[in-house]
Amino acid sequence: MQAWDIQFHALSVGYGNHVVLHDINATLPAGQISVILGGSGCGKSTLLRHIIGLSRPLTGSIRIGGEDLFRLDRQAFRRVRRQMGVLFQDGALLGALTLAENVALPLSEHLRLPKPLLHEAALRVLRMVGLEDFARFYPNQLSGGMRKRAGLARAIIAEPRILLCDEPTSGLDPVTAARMDALLLAMHQQYEHMTTVVVSHDLASLRTIADHVLVLREGRAVFSGSLAELEASDDAYLRQFLRREADEGQMALHEPPHPQVQAALEGWLRS
Amino acid sequence: MTQSDTSPGLLARLGAPALRGIDAIGSMTLFMLSGLGQIFASGKIFARSIRQIYVIGYQSLFVIMLIGLFCGMVLGLQGYYTLVQFGSVGLLGSAVSLTLIRELGPVLTAIMLTGRAGSSMTAEIGVMRITDQIDALDVMDINSMGYLVSPRLLASLISFPLLTAIFDVVGILGGYLTGVLMLGINEGAYLYRIASSVTMTDVAGGFIKAVVFSLLVTTVCCHQGYNTHTRRDSVGPEAVGNATTSAVVISCVLILAADYVLTSFLL
Repeated sequence: MQAWDIQFHALSVGYGNHVVLHDINATLPAGQISVILGGSGCGKSTLLRHIIGLSRPLTGSIRIGGEDLFRLDRQAFRRVRRQMGVLFQDGALLGALTLAENVALPLSEHLRLPKPLLHEAALRVLRMVGLEDFARFYPNQLSGGMRKRAGLARAIIAEPRILLCDEPTSGLDPVTAARMDALLLAMHQQYEHMTTVVVSHDLASLRTIADHVLVLREGRAVFSGSLAELEASDDAYLRQFLRREADEGQMALHEPPHPQVQAALEGWLRS
Repeated sequence: MTQSDTSPGLLARLGAPALRGIDAIGSMTLFMLSGLGQIFASGKIFARSIRQIYVIGYQSLFVIMLIGLFCGMVLGLQGYYTLVQFGSVGLLGSAVSLTLIRELGPVLTAIMLTGRAGSSMTAEIGVMRITDQIDALDVMDINSMGYLVSPRLLASLISFPLLTAIFDVVGILGGYLTGVLMLGINEGAYLYRIASSVTMTDVAGGFIKAVVFSLLVTTVCCHQGYNTHTRRDSVGPEAVGNATTSAVVISCVLILAADYVLTSFLL
């Protein structure tokens, strides 16, 4: 069986003249859960868009299962991308379709199967994520956590070799976030050869699901290794990140307000 | 400051909008060709188009009939008081029917459909763009042009001429209401003048205009929605609003410009 690892070679990505990530060299191993970790705005989601092939890198390459993604012809590119299932940040479910129709979409568009069979396939994965009873609901009738779980169901219905998740626990309460983590682990156990890549800045999630971690900071990869290696690292930034310590050097917490603004504000609050 | 210092800036300022305009025309043309190409490539185009025919065609039917009725009634009124000065009120049927079939039917139907269906196309596709739904389609190896744009193009190609025909018929009825029932023109003269003056060339010309307008409106509206994320003036929900406004304005200008060009060729 082909190993679906993801390799970055001298990868620089960005938009126009603005470079977001510089010279990334790392491998996300096949069959493991890799977490791409980093602060807000460090380029995690941008990197994910490049792995999916939605944006082209400025320089360097991304090799998926040994194939250079951006040197493939159109047919080969589509063949590689068919091996991917993607959970977008808010689920990205189509608003005009019910949950069951959304989840069945990758099958209904590409396979000639009878409708009852497609519905049954959708119900199977909806059952896996605990949403079987909501099959006839529309996305706008669901909570954020439910939309993410439905997005996960759609991502796995075609049994991809690579599952990519963009911030699956962001904006969720701790219990729902823990349920999402448990779901990702369960998926990984069910599809044991599946390479899973999770973009996140959620430390609790990282410690629950990660086999491998890639840490990004200020547009560069500052760590790539196992979770145990990350925890044992004595790098000052990594320790600060893992301990959730504020970067006080960049903040001016005791800056006094402008007297005119202060006076106007006090007058408004008294009125 | 020397001449050489100012010239490049001035040239750039003048040239940049022109280049952007040419770029936009090229982009929209390729977008339309791609959308039309996908009509023949997509296996489920008819199933998807039926929903769009419902949205563009059926849901616009009432407003098109209403506008057509009032338009015909106003034409009847204005035509009567103009023709009565020359003792030619018998020609009212010709005036109303030819004005509607050649000009007002296709143009007003297209403008109404731009406001009602076109703006909704832009907003719907724009929201899909900013909420990653179009990216999700691409990732699932579903051609987003074939899924979103081609059904709307096909539905518009079917709906615009049909709604134009309905507008024309209801408008002629409106002219009948004012001219015959309210102002007392002879019913036979009104109907005879319609039958004797309207030729198949007029009807075909109106339909050609309707088809061209359908392509223009749908292309512009879908293009603006599809490229919401590339707007320079705004991002997010504001970009969807601005894209919708741009789509309506550009469509209306193009309808009137194309109408002039087409009329020049058809007359």
